[in-house]
Amino acid sequence: MDPFIEINAIRKGLADGEYSSAEITKFYLDRAKKLNSQLNSFISFCEEQAIEQAKNADNKIAEGSSGPITGIPLAHKDIFCTKGITTTCGSRMLENFVAPYDATVVERLNKAGAVTIGKANMDEFAMGSSNENSYFGNTSNPWDTDRVPGGSSGGSAAAVAAGMIPIATGTDTGGSIRQPAAFCGISGLKPTYGRVSRYGMIAFASSLDQAGVLGRSVADICLLLSQFGGPDVLDSTSHPIPDNWLSSNPKLNPTKPEAKITIGLPREYFDQTPNLKSVEIAMRVFENAGCILKEVSLPSTESAIPAYYIIAGAEASTNLSRYDGVRFGYRCQDPESLSDLYQRSRNEGFGKEVKRRILTGTYALSVGYYDAYYLKAQKIRRLIQQDFLEVFNKVDLILCPTSPGVAFKKGALSENPVEMYKQDIFTIPSSLAGLPAMSIPCGFQNNLPIGMQLIAPHFAERKLIEWGHYFQSLTDWHKKVPELS
Amino acid sequence: MPKIDVEHLSRLAQIGLEGEELSELYENLDQIMRMVDQMREIDTTEVEPLAHPLDANQQLRSDVQTEEIDRELNQAMAPLIEDGFYIVPRVVD
Repeated sequence: MDPFIEINAIRKGLADGEYSSAEITKFYLDRAKKLNSQLNSFISFCEEQAIEQAKNADNKIAEGSSGPITGIPLAHKDIFCTKGITTTCGSRMLENFVAPYDATVVERLNKAGAVTIGKANMDEFAMGSSNENSYFGNTSNPWDTDRVPGGSSGGSAAAVAAGMIPIATGTDTGGSIRQPAAFCGISGLKPTYGRVSRYGMIAFASSLDQAGVLGRSVADICLLLSQFGGPDVLDSTSHPIPDNWLSSNPKLNPTKPEAKITIGLPREYFDQTPNLKSVEIAMRVFENAGCILKEVSLPSTESAIPAYYIIAGAEASTNLSRYDGVRFGYRCQDPESLSDLYQRSRNEGFGKEVKRRILTGTYALSVGYYDAYYLKAQKIRRLIQQDFLEVFNKVDLILCPTSPGVAFKKGALSENPVEMYKQDIFTIPSSLAGLPAMSIPCGFQNNLPIGMQLIAPHFAERKLIEWGHYFQSLTDWHKKVPELS
Repeated sequence: MPKIDVEHLSRLAQIGLEGEELSELYENLDQIMRMVDQMREIDTTEVEPLAHPLDANQQLRSDVQTEEIDRELNQAMAPLIEDGFYIVPRVVD
């Protein structure tokens, strides 16, 4: 069996009785376990549950009561709570944490008949751009195992790219779906803030976190997202109006979605990127398809990284205060006092990057600094959003690189947090503005994948998906696969 | 920029940092806050802060109980419990 098969092809195989869900589940489990010693994409496997879910799916298919993703194997980023299965969030703090409930994303996918084979590796508490901050060890990029897969959904990205699993969930706070998708040569969509429920998704920065999908193609992503997006009473920030187009599991057509659209090319993004050949070729693909390309300006781009690290740090310092070693999570040995229990449990339970972010946030929120940092950052966030809203008065979509470069070598930036933070320059602004954005493979440089990013107005996932799919019907970058020994 | 007191911050954040890690985090934080200080150059006069990316209010639901709390299940993940209580070091003598 071809491990790099798309979901629609798996569906056909299941429907035609070419194989059963139990058989493909076993196939992916065996392959993922074998490759995991090389790539470390998974933190855990849940074989028993997967086989049971697959058998149930096979029964449904036999009864003729299956849905669009019944029997499809997938992986969840280890940030989503899964009842009865360990959810570590890449941290020592939660090494043995077994959630008592399923995240809404997990629950909806289970209900739709998907089969979970395991939990994907990630930067601790989703803080990182390289997967080097996982307590459970680095994940390797399948295109070059000396390089990082990106982060924080690096385990999900590497697993899909290596054909260990056809599709995976991820989360994106400042680029954590799009950047690893670009580094690993796959597609990754971060929906509009509020499109997907955050219930049961371990919180990092609540005003930015959003769940999404990493897959082999835009069509696969559309199919999976159609099964778990939409309003949820259990998340007070989920958007109350459903996307009827998306939830209808739309059939994507490889013909042009609209007669004419205008695509904006933000000057500030292109000025900063030395190697743009691939993105320029992608621009020509859209131009040849009748799109109008137009230079636009997002003048507040430069201030996005400082504003993001204040806002995300402040929210993280608040969210992560729940880890106190009392009710759940890591507890230090033989605490002498309650204060010693808190302080040592948190010091030993959190990794370096998490401590950096908590302290940055604590500083920004401390007496005398609130206005200068937190409030200032929120005002800059408004300016950044206004930039986008103004541009979207003139264009339908924005096209830009996903990342300033290709996947970098392990260890290259891990000692320099500011340089690491700068990797997110093209993904952070749209996160701050709450916009939907997608990374799509658009070329290679020295056999390493390059991703381009499409950004749409709020709740215009349809535009992203239709144009992304159209691009993939004209190109075959998303069909390239790494050679694994 | 005033010197960052990392020891004080670590107490506020209840993270018991020690020795080398304390000085390493000072270096990191100093570097991060220097980068952050670029924000000062941006004119934000009369700009409203943005707390929610969609400027939306939180969706509220009716105040109706929808599930039972399963104490045993929720305490199963606690590091130390006894007779349904969470056990911590003695606070008051």
